[in-house]
Amino acid sequence: MLRYALKRLMGAIPTLLLVIVLAFLMVHAAPGGPFDDERVLPPETQAALEAAYNLDEPLHQQLFAYLSGVARGDFGPSYRYRDHTVSELIGNAFPVSLKLGAMAMLVAMVLGVLAGTAAALRRNTVVDKVVMAFAMTGISIPVFVIAPILVLLLAVRLQWLPAGWSGNEGVGRLILPVVALALPQVAYIARLMRASMVDVLSSDFIRTARAQGLGTAAIIRYHALKPAMLPVLSYMGPAVAAILTGSVVVEEIFGIPGLGQFFVRGALNRDYTLVLGIVIFYAALVVLFNLVVDLLYGAIDPRIRRR
Amino acid sequence: MNRSMKIFGGILVAVVVVALVGPLISPNDYLQTDFDALLQKPSFEGFHLFGTDDLGRDLFVRTMLGVQVTILVAVVASIVSLVIGVAYGAIAGYAGGRVDAVMMRFVDTLYALPFIFFVILLMVAFERNFLLIFVAIGAINWLDMARIVRGQTLSLREREFVEAARLTGVSPARIVFRHIAPNLFGIVIVYVTLTIPQAILVESFLSFLGLGIQEPQTSLGALVDAGVNQMEGASWVLLIPATLLALILLCFNFLGDAARDYFDARDQR
Repeated sequence: MLRYALKRLMGAIPTLLLVIVLAFLMVHAAPGGPFDDERVLPPETQAALEAAYNLDEPLHQQLFAYLSGVARGDFGPSYRYRDHTVSELIGNAFPVSLKLGAMAMLVAMVLGVLAGTAAALRRNTVVDKVVMAFAMTGISIPVFVIAPILVLLLAVRLQWLPAGWSGNEGVGRLILPVVALALPQVAYIARLMRASMVDVLSSDFIRTARAQGLGTAAIIRYHALKPAMLPVLSYMGPAVAAILTGSVVVEEIFGIPGLGQFFVRGALNRDYTLVLGIVIFYAALVVLFNLVVDLLYGAIDPRIRRR
Repeated sequence: MNRSMKIFGGILVAVVVVALVGPLISPNDYLQTDFDALLQKPSFEGFHLFGTDDLGRDLFVRTMLGVQVTILVAVVASIVSLVIGVAYGAIAGYAGGRVDAVMMRFVDTLYALPFIFFVILLMVAFERNFLLIFVAIGAINWLDMARIVRGQTLSLREREFVEAARLTGVSPARIVFRHIAPNLFGIVIVYVTLTIPQAILVESFLSFLGLGIQEPQTSLGALVDAGVNQMEGASWVLLIPATLLALILLCFNFLGDAARDYFDARDQR
């Protein structure tokens, strides 16, 4: 297990390096500099500004300086929020996004697994068809359509829940963003769970368990659930990526001061260092989560480790 | 063609035809503002079938234009991803061995990344333009295509007709593009159908955030964004483009699913 873990860890490092170099080069390949579109500056000021952000050095030196900075958790200063470093901005905004994302993930897992299992147990009945039709709809409708419609219905018309973040306290303001963020993932996980549960339920060891007189509830609980969860577990990596993407939209719609909102603001303001830093941070998060999922997978399913 | 392919394909064709013909029939223009008719409800008066927006622009014409742009971006982006994916997958599959292993390892690496953020990075670094949106969206959706094509190519290259071509001295490049690529047609069509909704999703996501299609051009994502700002007073400004976007995505997804089942069933015969 330790060897497997180390091997996985070593595999994640080149991926991260590739991400940073790729993202860095993308930004620096662009024509023009970050201070070009402001009012015309005296040449000395322009030079001083560029020197302050290391823009007067050759590209490979800038890259190495940036890499060694990132290794220490320093993404450099923000171009627009001049009093803050990018790391500070990320550090302030991320906890809000983390809370939102973690709750959405939890909701998606619980509801998705339940719905998928129910559909698999009642295969080809009305329950199955309803769950699957709902799942297809959930996959097709993007978060930025679901979220405003939920707001319109539940906050504006029925006024059951608050629509905004600021001015509201407590759990109420979390419900709509979490639901909007989780719904597509509920749909995806339900589909995955149904397919793998159908597979597992038709395998020999389940038939044996049934022959021994075990009830359906006990079979699901003690025998079928764990193997059927494996595909869902490996979907957790992509799910995190999807929730990060969705959180950008959800934070924008509900006015939540999280990382996604900073990201969009940064992108609209052409704040290169902030956007670059957040992209790298997001990518690192996804790579890290994939690593954790790999390790969990190895821990649960010993067949994986031997490969 | 089975029944669900006909139904969802039919709805899509109808939407596209209306989107193309509608603006021609309508007396209104997508740019023309009318300050006497701000946020009008949908009605036949002045042919504002979908009402007007906060600048008094006719929403029917704007929505139809949005459908055109959305579908155009998606189709072109899908063609970009098709070309990259088929070339990459066919080369990896035909080369086999170590080249294949390295190429597919690279695809696995890219799979793990949240690609949409890189597209946003590109949009920030370069000025946002139409062409870049096409290419960037296409460039993120080729991974599935490459995997599928590689798998098919691996099995195709063992077939007799490829062996015969090899024996008669046909060059590897020619074998890949003249003999193997045409045999990938069916599976490629299925995956293009499934790639289009993904491209629509990416484009409308970017446009919704204000990073994609720019005014005065519009797309369904941009229209949904505009609708969000008006929804408390004028819900139709949000609901019409949102419903249309959802409908188009749903049809493409169902169509792709049905097409996959159809081709799978045919392969097994």
